[in-house]
Amino acid sequence: MKQTFKRPKALVDIPSHFCPGCHHGIIHRLVAECIDLYGVREKTIGVASVGCSVFLYDYFNADVVEAPHGRAPAVATGVKRARPDNFVFTYQGDGDLAAIGTAEIIHAANRGEQITVIFVNNTVFGMTGGQMAPTTMSGQETTTTPFGRDLKTNGFPIKMSELLTELPGSTFVARAAVNNSKNLMKAKKLLKRAFEVQINGEGFSFVEFLSACPTNWKMTPKQATERVQEEMIPYFPLGVFKGGQE
Amino acid sequence: MAMIKFRRERCKGCGLCVLACPKNLLMVSSKINRSGYPVAKIDDMKSCTGCALCAEMCPDVVITVFK
Amino acid sequence: MAEAEFIKGNEAIAMGAIEAGCRFYFGYPITPQNDIPEYMSRHLPDVGGTFIQAESEIASINMLLGASSTGARAMTSSSSPGISLKQEGISYMCGSQIPGVIVNMSRSGPGLGGIDPSQGDYFQATRGGGHGDYRTIVLAPHSVQENYDLTMKAFDLADKYRNPVLILGDALLGQMKEPIRRRKYRKKEFPKDWTMTGAKGREKRLIKSLYLSEGELTDHNWMLNKKYQSMKREIMFETQFMEGAKLVVVAFGSVARILKSTVQMARDRGMKVGLFRPITLFPFPYAALDKISHSIKNFMALELNTGQMLEDLKLSVGHKKNQVDFYGRPPGSIPSPDELFNEIKKIYKKRIG
Repeated sequence: MKQTFKRPKALVDIPSHFCPGCHHGIIHRLVAECIDLYGVREKTIGVASVGCSVFLYDYFNADVVEAPHGRAPAVATGVKRARPDNFVFTYQGDGDLAAIGTAEIIHAANRGEQITVIFVNNTVFGMTGGQMAPTTMSGQETTTTPFGRDLKTNGFPIKMSELLTELPGSTFVARAAVNNSKNLMKAKKLLKRAFEVQINGEGFSFVEFLSACPTNWKMTPKQATERVQEEMIPYFPLGVFKGGQE
Repeated sequence: MAMIKFRRERCKGCGLCVLACPKNLLMVSSKINRSGYPVAKIDDMKSCTGCALCAEMCPDVVITVFK
Repeated sequence: MAEAEFIKGNEAIAMGAIEAGCRFYFGYPITPQNDIPEYMSRHLPDVGGTFIQAESEIASINMLLGASSTGARAMTSSSSPGISLKQEGISYMCGSQIPGVIVNMSRSGPGLGGIDPSQGDYFQATRGGGHGDYRTIVLAPHSVQENYDLTMKAFDLADKYRNPVLILGDALLGQMKEPIRRRKYRKKEFPKDWTMTGAKGREKRLIKSLYLSEGELTDHNWMLNKKYQSMKREIMFETQFMEGAKLVVVAFGSVARILKSTVQMARDRGMKVGLFRPITLFPFPYAALDKISHSIKNFMALELNTGQMLEDLKLSVGHKKNQVDFYGRPPGSIPSPDELFNEIKKIYKKRIG
């Protein structure tokens, strides 16, 4: 018998700190698989963000530099301009990328920086204990929207992929989910394309992953996975927004 | 002929693999690992096709697949 | 020796940076330092360098963090309000031990303040400025030539200590023109076994400032402190007319430059006044001043603020029976040598007679 599924080499063999049923672990593995697939591990420089994703510097078997909250696209800009032959990616949550780091992501995309951005949208600030994120859904209860997000006072859940699609500088923008195996297989394809965009020197690539946060949603992993399908996907539609197959 | 292996000490018992199996072969058992999590298992290995969807969905790379 | 060229202060900084091998510049416009990004945007491409006008001061300092993390020589510049915005990045660079050169051609505050020369950023520069227990080396030029020379030195110090180095000037030092002589920079090599290059044929590397394990951050802070202490060997200062001086005036940067004329005036009138000019503001020349206080008892700080370096002067010589006086000139206009002379004369009369 031949082993047909194993841990990617780019993913360090240590237990993760993620809660049971959190999709970060899946997304980490997909990124690591792509690093292996394209043989770029020895050229990779990751930029860690702040929040649950910060420990990616322990999980990826590659060079990683830590960025302040929201600033990963600016740090990655500096890294990539100084080392244009390296593969440079950021991995950021919604608090990091869509709130405090809005300016940095928009301008990195608009400059067409040759970096790949992995954006994990789980509609909540995870690490800090479940506060409202810019992507929190209408009516969603969080520790700072105890009566549910009120669009009148809190504004609307922000659609980052749609926003970045409009920028002339972005090359590839897509939204994926890993809540079931069907979506996961599609997500793999989108992520591959995002890698290729950078490897081919085509420009800025961005993949938003809808992700479950069972702990802060106060749900079982099964319920959280269903919520991604039933509540998130209708508002945050999946697919390629810009720059599909070469 | 296929086989899946669980690395039990890494399992967090989230059950995403259980949801992923198209043949409903997996379950979260009552066995608790050292981290205190109930661990996933398969009883009917003979029916496993080795499709690897359980492994794909596992956030902790607990499952390896042989075919 | 190279011929003298007539150069603007800000441009001398940019020229020194390029000569020292700076190939990456990130900045955002703010008066009175715009000549620096303008010069860099024009001249960096000639040497294969990269200029980015960033979306903000915050983005520029983080681009600096990124470029420097690869081992490249990189710089950002701004002026007071912009330097406030950079403090987050400076704190991370210190915590992560990433070098980099940051120029503050300071203007006046608080708030939007004005664009006059000011030394109101002394505390921010020398006490860390951002969150956490850290220090940056602070170099304070007082002439266009020094702008050029100290910028080159800043890159060496940054690499040597794997720490950001701040150049603290002001509108006066940035805007005035003076003749300078260029010189060939001799590059010093420093270990690069920590840089982000991709884990090819070696273990992966990690640059971070997050330490969560029991005791880890305590050790990290003490290690950093030891490094900051070791920077004492870089202390630089200049003295003038110390022979038989009865009153030592202490000043840095632009005001020290004006004082040179003033002290000459005082000596011409028979007043025994000396000048002490710290060039490194961190580390501050405490020991040198303390030594001077064994023979001279009267000191006076002169600053373009309401009294900041004054505190360091008091820490140096404020013990025993020394007298420490102060004349502050918050921003709004530039003091003339005559104005400073009158202030020094008052103190001299009071203390010496």
